[in-house]
Amino acid sequence: MNVPAAWYLVLAAVLFGIGAFGLLTRRSALIMFMCIELMLNAVNLTFVTFSRTLSDIGGQAAVFFVMVVAAAEVTVGLGIVVSVFRRRASTSVDELSEMKG
Amino acid sequence: MIATAYAIPSVLVFLTAALLILVGAVGVLAMRNPVHSALSLIMTLFGVAVAFVAQSADFLAAVQVIVYAGAIVVLFLFVIMFLGVDRREDVRVEPLVGQRVFAGIGVVITVAGLITLLARSHWVTGAIAVSSSGRALSTGSGNVTQLGGAVFTTYLFAFEATAALLIIAVVGAVLLARRERAADAPGGDA
Repeated sequence: MNVPAAWYLVLAAVLFGIGAFGLLTRRSALIMFMCIELMLNAVNLTFVTFSRTLSDIGGQAAVFFVMVVAAAEVTVGLGIVVSVFRRRASTSVDELSEMKG
Repeated sequence: MIATAYAIPSVLVFLTAALLILVGAVGVLAMRNPVHSALSLIMTLFGVAVAFVAQSADFLAAVQVIVYAGAIVVLFLFVIMFLGVDRREDVRVEPLVGQRVFAGIGVVITVAGLITLLARSHWVTGAIAVSSSGRALSTGSGNVTQLGGAVFTTYLFAFEATAALLIIAVVGAVLLARRERAADAPGGDA
């Protein structure tokens, strides 16, 4: 018998928490993107676990689409980072304060 | 497989995956050099791929390694090297006072809430779905067949939309990363 689904769900929750903490505390836009990837992977793990538990292939199809969207997001996001770096020579998000009132 | 409790191999696989995932995730946060963070991210992604295989999502495990570890992390590394930001960031300074404490409290509340929800509700052991395929989830190569069937029938519209999304993302990335004319290019990297 496989390990219970709850183990994987707790693991995914902890992974999501680590990603969220990194997103909230790190300053480099690149590291923040990596933390978003961690959170997306935590959600994917949850989807696959429920897919197994409920015997529903829909969960795995959702992971497939999450992966596609993650790839698109990283492509555009890194394009923005490169474009910001051209102007500021920094990837720190603290530098981006022009919109501050 | 052993009928008692949980089979030893599946427990070992789970522990291996958990170790890879958590060590890699902490590494992403703790490393000061972005290159090391990206390499830690690969470790986490492999751990998630192991967890996928252990739960008979074989196709997704392969895609996880090819797309995430093979394409996304390489893109990260490419940008890190391209921008030359692979110098160390001092993580000891805390520009916003109390940010880490509040972030820590918020994250602990969120994770504790998720785990409490998990422990107190019964949706973990919900009914077997009859919606998408109507039959039990198969393992091995049957998984690829099932997933392909679902993606190309039930989720066909979403699948076509992702094709458009990828094209738009590629065009957008090229447009964003394109060098401006010499007028306002500050020079520097090629």
